[in-house]
Amino acid sequence: MKQPFERVVVEHGATVLRVCRSVLGPIDADDAWSETFLSALRAYPDLPADANVEAWLVTIARRRAVDVTRRAARQAVPVAELPERTAPTDGRDLDLWAALAALPDKQRRSVTYHHLGGLPYEEVAAVLGGTVAAARRAAADGIAVLRRTYPRFAEEGESR
Amino acid sequence: MTTTPAPVTGEQLTRLHADLVARATADGLLDVAYRTVDSPVGPLLLARTPAGVVRVAFAVQDHERVLQDLAERVSPRVLEAPRALDDVARELDEYFAGARLTFDVPVDLRLTAGFRRSVVEHLPDIPYGRTASYAQVAASAGSPRAVRAVGTACALNPVPLVVPCHRVVRSDGTPGRYAGGDAAKQALLELEARVGRAA
Repeated sequence: MKQPFERVVVEHGATVLRVCRSVLGPIDADDAWSETFLSALRAYPDLPADANVEAWLVTIARRRAVDVTRRAARQAVPVAELPERTAPTDGRDLDLWAALAALPDKQRRSVTYHHLGGLPYEEVAAVLGGTVAAARRAAADGIAVLRRTYPRFAEEGESR
Repeated sequence: MTTTPAPVTGEQLTRLHADLVARATADGLLDVAYRTVDSPVGPLLLARTPAGVVRVAFAVQDHERVLQDLAERVSPRVLEAPRALDDVARELDEYFAGARLTFDVPVDLRLTAGFRRSVVEHLPDIPYGRTASYAQVAASAGSPRAVRAVGTACALNPVPLVVPCHRVVRSDGTPGRYAGGDAAKQALLELEARVGRAA
């Protein structure tokens, strides 16, 4: 059962903005936020009903934010430093959304925010509540499960 | 890295949301726009597609459930976009103020089909301030024995108020049931009787 897209924006708008800011800072983040939800809205009817919407969105946000950085880099400095790519996915990896959806809540969100969204653990902890160490541990536990449940992740190796 | 994340405020998200609605509209990605308005018969959910008003729902029908139904039956590309419903809200205001007898906004009847749809299509033939019985509507739809089916068609009218199913009453003249509640139907019939007499 797929929710109205409005629910998706209301539930995940703040998280997506955090991801965009972590890559871009507060000014350009707005633009990346709009582009994230616009491309999500475009693809939403085709997203499988059992997909983990938050992880899917966070990955799109990360990609859009990096796109904005690249555009800025092309226009300005020739040797701009690009953010390190943390996500082993092109955003269309439907197996990953299902594997993530099966994780316990705290593990799923820690993995999503840190490994897909690129948020530092300080910020993951701020969003989830709890300590930085707990966020780090939940993400590590989640990755360990994904190594078994999501074969492609194991093949490519943990990216970070 | 920073250790104190900047807070995300509701104000920022509201502004971003408005920008998203504008861009989605421009790109043709807003399949269902909705808003809620207050009215003398309680809060109303108004929804439209690019073709016209697709749904009007009373609070007793549970607006969250109605939105879920729209996502499944029309498109999941649903956004709250109040300005897209400004004209519908204005016409309803005028109707409740007794200043409007018929609605001019386009209507999208995709949520009703078959016999029910043909009943709904003919409801605007009942003039403002008048009523018709379920049996009369069945007869004029060419199926005089389909009285109960007419009742169902009215109950499931996706666009009440704009398409006046409240003007269909029992043969004994009592109002009968209404998706917005019996009291709402009574109030609408009284409004139209009062305005009709004054005209």
